[in-house]
This record gives sequence, C-alpha cells and structure tokens, in this order.
Amino acid sequence: MLKPWLGRAAVLALPVLPTLLAMLTTAVLFVLFLLIQGQPAWQAGPLVFEGAFGSLFAWENTLMRAAPLMLTALCVALPARAGLIIIGGEGALVLGGLAAAVTPLWLPALPAWPMLIAMGVAAMLAGGLWIGLSGWLRQKRGVNETIGSLLLSYIALAVFRHLVEGPLRDPNSLNKPSTPPLDGGYQIGVISDSFYVHWGLVAGVVACVLAWVLVRYSVVGFALRIVGGNPRTPRMLGLPVDRLVLLTCVLGGAAAGLAGMYEVGAVQGSANSALISGYGTAGILVAFAARHNPLAIIACAILLGGLEASGGLLQRRLGLPDATTLILQGMLFINLLAWEALTSRTTNWRLWLRGHWIAAPADALTGKREARHG
Amino acid sequence: MAESELSIFLLALLAGAIRVGTPFLFVSLGECLTEKGGRINLGLEGILVTGAMTGYAVSYLSGSPWLGVLAAGGAGLLLGLVHGVICSLPRVNDIAFGIALILFGTGLAFFLGKDFIQPSAPMLPSIPLGFWSDDTRVRSALNVNVLFFIGVALAFVLHWGLRGTRWGLVLRLVGDHEDSAQALGYRAATVRIVATGVGGFLAGVGGAYLSLYYPGSWNEGLSSGQGLMAVALVIFARWQPINCLWAALLFGAAGAVGPALQAVGIGWSYYLFNAIPYALTLAVMVVTCRPDRTLSGAPGELSLNR
Repeated sequence: MLKPWLGRAAVLALPVLPTLLAMLTTAVLFVLFLLIQGQPAWQAGPLVFEGAFGSLFAWENTLMRAAPLMLTALCVALPARAGLIIIGGEGALVLGGLAAAVTPLWLPALPAWPMLIAMGVAAMLAGGLWIGLSGWLRQKRGVNETIGSLLLSYIALAVFRHLVEGPLRDPNSLNKPSTPPLDGGYQIGVISDSFYVHWGLVAGVVACVLAWVLVRYSVVGFALRIVGGNPRTPRMLGLPVDRLVLLTCVLGGAAAGLAGMYEVGAVQGSANSALISGYGTAGILVAFAARHNPLAIIACAILLGGLEASGGLLQRRLGLPDATTLILQGMLFINLLAWEALTSRTTNWRLWLRGHWIAAPADALTGKREARHG
Repeated sequence: MAESELSIFLLALLAGAIRVGTPFLFVSLGECLTEKGGRINLGLEGILVTGAMTGYAVSYLSGSPWLGVLAAGGAGLLLGLVHGVICSLPRVNDIAFGIALILFGTGLAFFLGKDFIQPSAPMLPSIPLGFWSDDTRVRSALNVNVLFFIGVALAFVLHWGLRGTRWGLVLRLVGDHEDSAQALGYRAATVRIVATGVGGFLAGVGGAYLSLYYPGSWNEGLSSGQGLMAVALVIFARWQPINCLWAALLFGAAGAVGPALQAVGIGWSYYLFNAIPYALTLAVMVVTCRPDRTLSGAPGELSLNR
C-alpha cells in the first residue's frame, strides 16, 4: 500500500513544499481579495495564465521581462550567500544603463562588437561599484547593508534623473528627457525573427548558470557558505571575509548593471526615466522565492515575468488597476516568508519519512501508529 | 537684498523642518518603539503609504480629517500586527518581511486609492503662530499643524514611559535580553507583537499627515522613502524618543533645502537637492556606526546588530 518510491518522492518534494503552499495561499488570498472588491475573481486566474504563457506572443513578453529579473535577482542572491540582504538593485540597474548609454558618446566610433563589449563593461563597472560600495560600508564602517544599499539606490536614482534631464540630455528629446539615442548599429537585436526576445535573456540564463557553478562547485562558493552561516567561524579559519563579501556585492551589482545595459540597448534605445520601472525591487522577490539558488532564479524570474506580463491583460479585460500585480507580488512575498516557518518542521518530517517509509517499508504501518501516539 | 534673501531662506528652512519633519517624527517614534522590543520593521514605508491613502479616503468620505487620522492609524495597526505575528513564527526574517510589507502596503494603497486621486478631502487644521507678523511669508511659515504638537508631546511621553512605567521596562527587557524576560514570565512574542502594532499605528498617523496636510493630496508618488529613512533616523537618535524629535527636525530641514532654495529662485538640479536627506542619512550612519562594536543604547536582541 505504501510504496517506498512514494516515500522517496515525498522526501524530494519536501523542500519545495513551503514554496508550493505559499503559491497556493497567495492564489486563494488573491481570489478572496478580488471577491471582496466585487471583481470577477474567477476570470482573473485564467487571464493571468493566458497573459503570461497563453501564446507565443505572451511567452515572448514574459521572457523579455524575465531577462532583467534574472540579473537583478542575482544582485540579491549573491550577497545573500554571504549573509547580506542587499535591496539596492534598482540603483545599480539605472546607473549601469546610463553608463552603457553614454559609452558610445565618449568613445571614438568602433565596430559594433567591441563597442557592445565596452558598453557591457561600463555598465557592469557602474553597477558593481555601486553595490560594492554598500558591501564596503557594511564591512569597514558597520553600516547596515539593507538600509545602506537602499539609500545608495535612492541617491543613484536622483543622480540619474539629474544627469538625464540636465547635463546629458539630448536637446531633441522634448517631452521625454533622455540621453542621445544609440546608433542603430550599437543596438542589441532579438534572438531570431520567429522568437522575438532580445539577447538579454541569454545573458541572464548564462549569468545564473555561472553564478550557480560559482556558489556550488568553487572554493569561493564553499567559503561563502561558511561566511554566510556564522560570523565567527570564517574568522577563526582565517578566511578573507571582507574580500569575499565585497566580491559577492561587486558581482551582484555587475549583474544588475548588465540588466540596465540590455534595457537601454535592446528595449529603450537610450537612457530615460522609463528605466526606473521596478525591476530591481521585483528582483528581490525573485531571489527570495528562489531561496537565493541561482538555478531556481531562472524559473522564478520566468514566473514573475509572466505575472508582470499578464498585468496589461488584467487591466484591459477586467479593468483592474496596474497596482494589482504589485499587490499580488506583495502577497506572494509575504506568504513565501511566512511559510518559511515550515522548514523547521520539514527536516523532522524528512527524517521520519526516511526512517519509517523508505528504509523499512514493511513497518510503515507500525511507524504510522507510533507517530499517532507521539 | 542678499540679506533679506538669506532670511527668507532660513525662514523657509525652519518652517520646512517642522512641516517636512513631522511625518519623520511619527514614523521614527513608531520604529523606536518597535526596535526597543528587539524587532526591526522596514515595512513602515508600506504602512506609511497605506496610512496616507486610508486617511485621505476616510477624510473624504466622512468629511472629518481627524477620523481620517484615526483610520490611518488603525490601518497601520493592522499591518503592524501582521508583521508582529508572522515574524514571531520560527525562521522568519524580520528585515525580509519588512521588504515584503513595503511591496504589499504600497500595492494595497495604490489599488484601493485609485478612486481618491481626483477628489479633494478636507485637510487637517493648523495653528497660526505667525499672527503677530504682518509679513505673509512669516505667517505662512509659522502655520504649524496640530499633529506636530501631538508628536512632540508623544516623544516626551514615550521618553518617560520607557523609563518610568512597568510597560516600558518590560518592553526594554524583552528587547535587550529575551531569555531574562522569559525567565521572569513575560512572553516575548506577545510584547513584540503589541510594540510592532503600536509602531504601525504611529507610522499610519505619519502617513495621514502626508496626505491630509503636507503635501496635502493623495497620489502614488506621495512618499519618498520617509519610512525607510526613519529606520536610519532611529539609529542616529540612539533609540531615544527625545533624540528622535531633534533628528526628525534635522531631517525635515534637509528635506526642505530644495524647496527653500526654490523659494529664493535657485531651481537648478532639483533632483540633487531632493537627494540631500538620503545623503545625510548615509553620512550619519557612516559616522555613528562601527563594525567592531554595537552602538550604546542599541537593544541587544536587534537583528541589526548581529
């Protein structure tokens, strides 16, 4: 009756259980919320799916949004490996975008490829420096990195707006202040005409896989796990804690900066205030949903990208305000964290399953009886 | 001429310190109370926005701004209690939950507040302290809102309450050393939930000030991170309610530099002047924090210090 493979499947499913429950609760709460509002809640669910994954166009739209999310999520997930909660990805993204947008203006004319590489390097430097500064302030000055990175992000947004509407403004951009548009040759194209998604998606996936290799299989990744686990052990081992923390911050910031470059090069065509669209904030959610696992970030970014892509459809068909997706994201985040409390139990459950179901399937019934007594 | 411009600038700065500083005062008092219990609530930013929307909506629907303030506090209380209860579960990180609450609170406010962007609600009254002057600029500068005086009184009440009442001592004990509180028979979780709830109430009132007095309207760009800056402000104030008052005035003045310069005709780099409070907050944290020791006055159980 109780097959061992079922037990094994249960053991494998346990770590995902809190995330699944969080999604389920979010869906229920969201439907309830819409019902209280008197909205047609039953249409919302299928519409979200249709808008996110219902057609090739929907998939393209979803993946287009998932690409920057993967990169900004890395900006949260990599420092989180070292125990830091960095939430200033938005600032790194806009500075990276700005750096990429002005590079062709300040460099002599180059062929497309070298110029794109130069733009990428500039964007990664700008983002990396900005988040690296948060890490440095935390290690050297004791400034809490969560608040510090957010303040730096606000400052970055102010500097960005000042430069785009002031010194770096293209005089021809009348009602939408922006930097001079990128030369056509320096714009980033789509992967293919039948799959209309820009190359940022490939960059995002590659960055996530590289980050996964780094944290999973490299010495640095192993050292990071010790640094993130406990503040004293790594110092006793003589690990270069400051350098490791800085490395994660710089790499994370570089990823967010790169996201800015792709937004400028492939979507906007110049740096303007449309760049400030909340990818940095949504990236925090993606990273937490993925539990800071770079491979899981790819899946979570696609899910959240789909959620954002369906916002337009919800707006058009049901007349829901655009803040609907923001509420949905907030609910999802709250539920993900609240169900995290379950992980203190799942470890015990896994041990119980191992002991009673897989190792000794014949005794499964007695094991169950024992559990009931306990 | 230059001298009168300087005095206009200083007057605008003083008026701005009070006008811009009042929401800082309420949010930082709320955060101070929360942190005294050993929790940190970054979600006050979301609560502030929800409070602003609720206050405006209730004031518009009922016609009474004070009812709006109360409703804003109530909304803040609810969200604060959510934060308090869920962070009492094992393994829930209070900083991360605060970020989630920012998303949820702003989303909720933007969603429900869509219908209230256009209509104008009755505003909170102010006390004309400039009645003695003939200069209209002095008069308008010395129009001080009643909530400011309530906030000042509250700072002194909290200062006394945290030192001189049983409640204050229990809260500080829970925040400083949870095990001792437990040994004395106090339930740390309950105390923290109450403190976070009251902190949320105060942040909600701060939000109502934004929408019902200054800037005095409800829109989606109303808050510019005051809720988050309040967290840094509490660190700067070393977890002392009276210091929160001075710090709030300082931050208010920093936020008023941009508009005050505009009052004398300096309008360039508007965005940079608006970033002064953030830069000031960061500078204050760099100066006051040290990596190798916790700050004096910091509650021992605060995750910020670990």
